[in-house]
Amino acid sequence: MALELFLDGDPIADTKAPTDVPIGERWSERKFRGKLVNPANRRKMTVIIVGTGLAGGAAAATLAEAGYHVKSFWFQDSPRRAHSIAAQGGINAAKNYRNDGDSVHRLFYDTVKGGDFRSRENNVHRLAEVSTQIIDQCVAQGVPFAREYGGLLDNRSFGGAQVSRTFYARGQTGQQLLIGAYQAFERQVAAGGIETHSRTEMLDLVVVDGKARGIVVRDLVTGEVSTHIGDAVVLGTGGYSNVYYLSTNAKGSNTTAIWRAHKRGAYFANPCYTQIHPTCIPVSGDYQSKLTLMSESLRNDGRVWVPKERGDTRAPQDIPEDERDYYLERKYPAFGNLVPRDIASRQAKNVCDEGRGVGPGGLGVYLDFADAIERLGRKTVEAKYGNLFDMYARITGEDPYASGMRIYPAVHYTMGGLWVDYDLQSTIPGLFVIGEANFSDHGANRLGASALMQGLSDGYFVLPNTITDYLSAAPFEKVPADHPAIVEAEAGVKAQVEKFLSINGTRTVASFHRELGRLVWDYCGMERTAEGLRKALDRIPEIRKEFWTNVKVAGDAHTFNQNLEHAARVADFIELAELMCIDALHREESCGGHFRAESQTPEGEALRNDEEFAYVAAWGWTPEGEPPVLHKEALEYEYVHLAQRSYK
Amino acid sequence: MKLTLRVWRQPSPQVKGKMANYHLTDVSEDMSFLEMLDVLNEQLILDGEDPIAFDHDCREGICGSCGLMINGIAHGPEQTTTCQLHMRSFSDGDTIDIEPWRSGGFPVVKDLVVDRSAFDRIISAGGFISAPTGTAPDAHATPVPKVDADAAFDAATCIGCGACVAACPNGSAMLFTAAKVTHLGLLPQGQPERDARVVRMVAQQDAEDFGGCTNIGECSAVCPKGISMETISRLNHDLLGALRANAVPTS
Repeated sequence: MALELFLDGDPIADTKAPTDVPIGERWSERKFRGKLVNPANRRKMTVIIVGTGLAGGAAAATLAEAGYHVKSFWFQDSPRRAHSIAAQGGINAAKNYRNDGDSVHRLFYDTVKGGDFRSRENNVHRLAEVSTQIIDQCVAQGVPFAREYGGLLDNRSFGGAQVSRTFYARGQTGQQLLIGAYQAFERQVAAGGIETHSRTEMLDLVVVDGKARGIVVRDLVTGEVSTHIGDAVVLGTGGYSNVYYLSTNAKGSNTTAIWRAHKRGAYFANPCYTQIHPTCIPVSGDYQSKLTLMSESLRNDGRVWVPKERGDTRAPQDIPEDERDYYLERKYPAFGNLVPRDIASRQAKNVCDEGRGVGPGGLGVYLDFADAIERLGRKTVEAKYGNLFDMYARITGEDPYASGMRIYPAVHYTMGGLWVDYDLQSTIPGLFVIGEANFSDHGANRLGASALMQGLSDGYFVLPNTITDYLSAAPFEKVPADHPAIVEAEAGVKAQVEKFLSINGTRTVASFHRELGRLVWDYCGMERTAEGLRKALDRIPEIRKEFWTNVKVAGDAHTFNQNLEHAARVADFIELAELMCIDALHREESCGGHFRAESQTPEGEALRNDEEFAYVAAWGWTPEGEPPVLHKEALEYEYVHLAQRSYK
Repeated sequence: MKLTLRVWRQPSPQVKGKMANYHLTDVSEDMSFLEMLDVLNEQLILDGEDPIAFDHDCREGICGSCGLMINGIAHGPEQTTTCQLHMRSFSDGDTIDIEPWRSGGFPVVKDLVVDRSAFDRIISAGGFISAPTGTAPDAHATPVPKVDADAAFDAATCIGCGACVAACPNGSAMLFTAAKVTHLGLLPQGQPERDARVVRMVAQQDAEDFGGCTNIGECSAVCPKGISMETISRLNHDLLGALRANAVPTS
């Protein structure tokens, strides 16, 4: 297999974490050892930041506060629109305000275990350490977290943990955190520290003398293609769940920035690690454009069940208690409905595969609140989850207070992303990657309420402290506008735009996106097999070929053209899908969200193979038709001992 | 169901726009309003026509990107975002008018897409608490009474969609500005800049091409997050107080 699908490359390793001191001291030690930039020199340095979500927005504000000149780019009309805004449930922090045994070490332990031992210990420990500062920072900015009557902050529980460490703002935590970062960002815009580029999409990375020095962008309103040069480039451009077409991501979320950086030499790590969220509203028809998540926090009070008998079509209220199977509580008595996401999703798939699924097509399970309403009263349930219940009612036309919800798993988050070291620097010097766009903290499965934590950790506290070591050698030489690297990159972008508009085929961009998404969902979704992945790998090059000969893109290159934007994103998704399937096929073990049917325990749980696969798969790009190159970063577990995950 | 759509088409800000008619058959009541437009756009592309441009992103009612005037009402017949409006709110045979937000403060970019960057400039003028990264005390250092925290949260749910401006006969951005003034002004952390914030944000709002507020209330009636008119009272209260105290530095 190795010969035809990929080539073995040199191993890769992080060299920045100071492993000569104990893990609890490494972050402080790294900050001490890293070089600094004197305040007077910072204003001479330009940092380009793409994306304005929790990671990108926080990093832009923080670096501008420190005195750097920041150039910020985003494709939406305002920096407040980034998809972080849609996160519902909460943000983890090891504050131990509940006095329930939480600590930095426990958050670290839970995250490594939850990631099924495929994340890097040093990064995860730092994340747990920084988590407490994030809450302090956000409160100081005026983020209105939920509070108790005494005026102190409230907490709730999330999957994969037995403590209450999740801070929240009703079901809109992401919105409130992002608005906090956005306000800090706008404050720096006013202060002149951030130069803004709205409705502007990065379409290539400019690498000069081996260093990332700039980006080629397209102004989405005028179509103008231009280049921006700086001393470092930071990508906070989010995840690639939209490769599946249907996901909980915003419609505009895409892989283009990181994929094009990958094509310029940044390794792409663990692309097959994707997270399928267990509680989403099921698909209702072919026209479906996206899937809507119902927060994991609902599993605090909701009970998941299906009928015991297959083909039971009675309304849920009419099915008596003893004919229901609360399968998560039955199979995992210790964690019950709060098992991690990968397990909850796969169990939902299993009961539906058995023919016990509910709703149209049998692709759904019940999330029932009858017990909670009886125990707490409808008012309390409304106060906790009212906006989610309203959203459910609006989308489905059903009343969840009366009949509960129907839910089914959907793609939600991608743990894979560009490979970064402890400093969050990619394999291209000067290119830093933060938030969901990198791979480093969640291993093969992310725990709930940890995405917001990581985005803000990277943006507020990690990157601003690590990028200085690189920038201590800046400002770098000026790059003239006619530099061959700029000329070549701009020409490539313009040629692609012209190519799209000239094909004039018979199929729309969306039809290719839907076909690709369905294929990746079927074969590289909740359950993967060698046979299925090979089918996908046979089919993807055909889709790619047809796309480039038969797509029909409307409009022209010089006006606002959303169809053209979509075409470029789909072109990249097609290429990424191939690498995801190669990664999934080569990893002949199950771990976290990557479930290979060939590798399971007798009880049907993910069975890792630590002997052969305890590594990060960092892929190097090669031109079309040539196999990608695999670089392995060995994962070592000094502090959390490798063990089969158990939530029973 | 079968529908007739009358849609505002305007290729660019420089070109005059006009309404164009489209006929759709086979619209499912479970479709969202934007999915209905997706279906129309797919057809337009295959017919070699320019698809209708409209802003949208999260499609779950929180990013604030989408916003259409539907039959003359911002976000249409339900009090929600356009993306959360479903076709079950319409009937077979309906004719639906679809227009962009109309306000001097929101110039049209193309078709149904407008430029709402004026909102960012209002926030930039003072819609924040100055708390540079790393300077924060422990989160429990300052307890906040739950009732204040909850009221601040209610105001903070604003998604910046601009429906308030579009609905206002004066094209005023008062509800947007007031929501932020209220959110931050109710919290202890927001007190030091409270006077300066309201004065600067209102000054920026006036500098943009928005109209004045005459307490009509259309804004709150269409607000997908139900931001209340009380926020406007609070803004006026804070503004008067700040002007009376004359406590605002000029820069």
